Amino acid sequence: MLEDLQTLKLKALEIRKLTIEEIGNFGSGHIGGSMSIVEMLTYLYYHEMRIDPKNPQKEDRDRFVCSKGHAGPAVYATLASKGYFPVEMLMTLNQGGTKLPSHCDMTKTPGVDFTGGSLGQGFSAAVGIALGQKIRHFDQSRTFAVIGDGESQEGEIWEAAETAAMWKLDNLIAFTDFNRLQLDGRTEDIICMDGIETRWQGFGWHVQRICGHNFEMIDDAVQRAKRTPGRPHMIIMDTQKSHGFIPGEKTEKNHSMAFNLEQAKEAVKELYEREGVQA
Amino acid sequence: MRDTKDFKFMRDVMMAAINDLAAIHEDVVYLDADLSSCIGAGSFQKLYPDRFYNCGIAEGNMVAVAAGLSSAGLTPFAHSFGVFASRRAYDQAFLSVGYAKRCVHLLGSDPGVNATYNGGTHMPFEDIALMRQIPGMIVIEPSDAQSLYELTLQVYDSGKASYTRFPRKTIAHRYPLGTKIELGKGIELADGGDLAIVATGQVMVDAATKAVELLAQKGIKATLVDLHTIRPLDTDLIDKVAKRTGHVLVCENGRYAGGVGEMIAGYLAKTYPVKMDFVNVGERFGEVGNLDYLTKTFGFTPEHIAEVGESLAKR
Repeated sequence: MLEDLQTLKLKALEIRKLTIEEIGNFGSGHIGGSMSIVEMLTYLYYHEMRIDPKNPQKEDRDRFVCSKGHAGPAVYATLASKGYFPVEMLMTLNQGGTKLPSHCDMTKTPGVDFTGGSLGQGFSAAVGIALGQKIRHFDQSRTFAVIGDGESQEGEIWEAAETAAMWKLDNLIAFTDFNRLQLDGRTEDIICMDGIETRWQGFGWHVQRICGHNFEMIDDAVQRAKRTPGRPHMIIMDTQKSHGFIPGEKTEKNHSMAFNLEQAKEAVKELYEREGVQA
Repeated sequence: MRDTKDFKFMRDVMMAAINDLAAIHEDVVYLDADLSSCIGAGSFQKLYPDRFYNCGIAEGNMVAVAAGLSSAGLTPFAHSFGVFASRRAYDQAFLSVGYAKRCVHLLGSDPGVNATYNGGTHMPFEDIALMRQIPGMIVIEPSDAQSLYELTLQVYDSGKASYTRFPRKTIAHRYPLGTKIELGKGIELADGGDLAIVATGQVMVDAATKAVELLAQKGIKATLVDLHTIRPLDTDLIDKVAKRTGHVLVCENGRYAGGVGEMIAGYLAKTYPVKMDFVNVGERFGEVGNLDYLTKTFGFTPEHIAEVGESLAKR
């Protein structure tokens, strides 16, 4: 039972609002893959992770790696809401000199634990971070990571998978954002990712499959992972790309979309009405 | 500090340096991609089993894992043959190490023709050029045992990402313990006024040393620089020898494009243009053979260097 369920739901709504407005203010961006991981981000940053926004470099903190680095806007909205930097900074997304580039960059953004952008690499780095936590005997520390289903077409994902299993990194809890769409279209039409659970099982991982928009299922899966020793964990989340950005829900061309701030505010209003929440 | 005069192979010198670092620094970890026995990393595994990780035959993953380890406060040394440590894992070296500003030390063994019997598929001629494209990356190629040992310690102390190319099986003992060896500062082995030979790595510094003697027999006095640190370039020394001689010959066990010769030519074009020539592999791929065959085939011999040097000095 998730005691803070209502709080998390409202927080996710706020993070969606910030993400939509952040992208709308710039005029375009990776809305689809940002919106699909909002519940996961909310759960990690507001319920699960041992972190302190006032001390973002604390060595034994839990880490989060957004290997699908193009979901940066949702990560930034989460970090801003959490207090890593002012919410107003979100309006600088992708502007020259910004600390919030399209893809996650650990050298620029407070709270970003690793750089993403070249798909697959963040996941390898997450394996390295989890291994480092083990080597340094940070026994309470965990590394969380999210990859995309399209990203899972990269060979490096599976290279990382075999090393994490070999090294028994049970402190690594990873998510696959299984939204069935990639930039060029449906994964089933490009490189079909069916059988994803058995693929991970075959690589020796502890695998669970849940709805990525259901907090109770996310909670159950993460807590179950923490109770399961000896193997790294993959939580495959069935998600809807662009979930909560209603104009994007109506099209499959939602990897990156162009819309302005006015349209963003309208979309936020529509979302709040659908959720029955006063904006 | 350790005296390396009794070592028989460069790989053992490299591992001695890493083992010595690991003895003092708990953050030192060693990664390999199924070639650990090729450089004798079993010594590290035996001493520090909790800090030794074989990543299997997956070099790209190894380098990004190393970057992650760096984020967790560790300092990885990651080895593969030079072709794989550079080409195969290039995007990871560029982004997860360079762009993400991670301190990872990449070790590329058997540079250029030193890959001998592994042949053309295993000969990195372009690794210097690739690593030079990564902002901030230190690139070193020591020409002897003592400098390999000391520069490995110094590159750790620098706290910056690096790429070291070094032969596994050969060795040279050029510098006795106590020689001033400093990261970023080339070593002048001769100071003649007619021609400056700038050489990088054991094969080239060995051959160039003999070439200086051959040139002397013809009355041509040469300067010789062992440019063990390719990047950052020792610009003071390059300026000095260019001004002294007016003729600079750059010898490297690799390609011109993006390599040491092109780097020095580009630098001198801005500061003190001089007559130049180059000894390198040109437009060829590598091929199989012993070191004697390969150095003759590619013109990495004292005779050829002296011949190119003589005609340059007379220009």
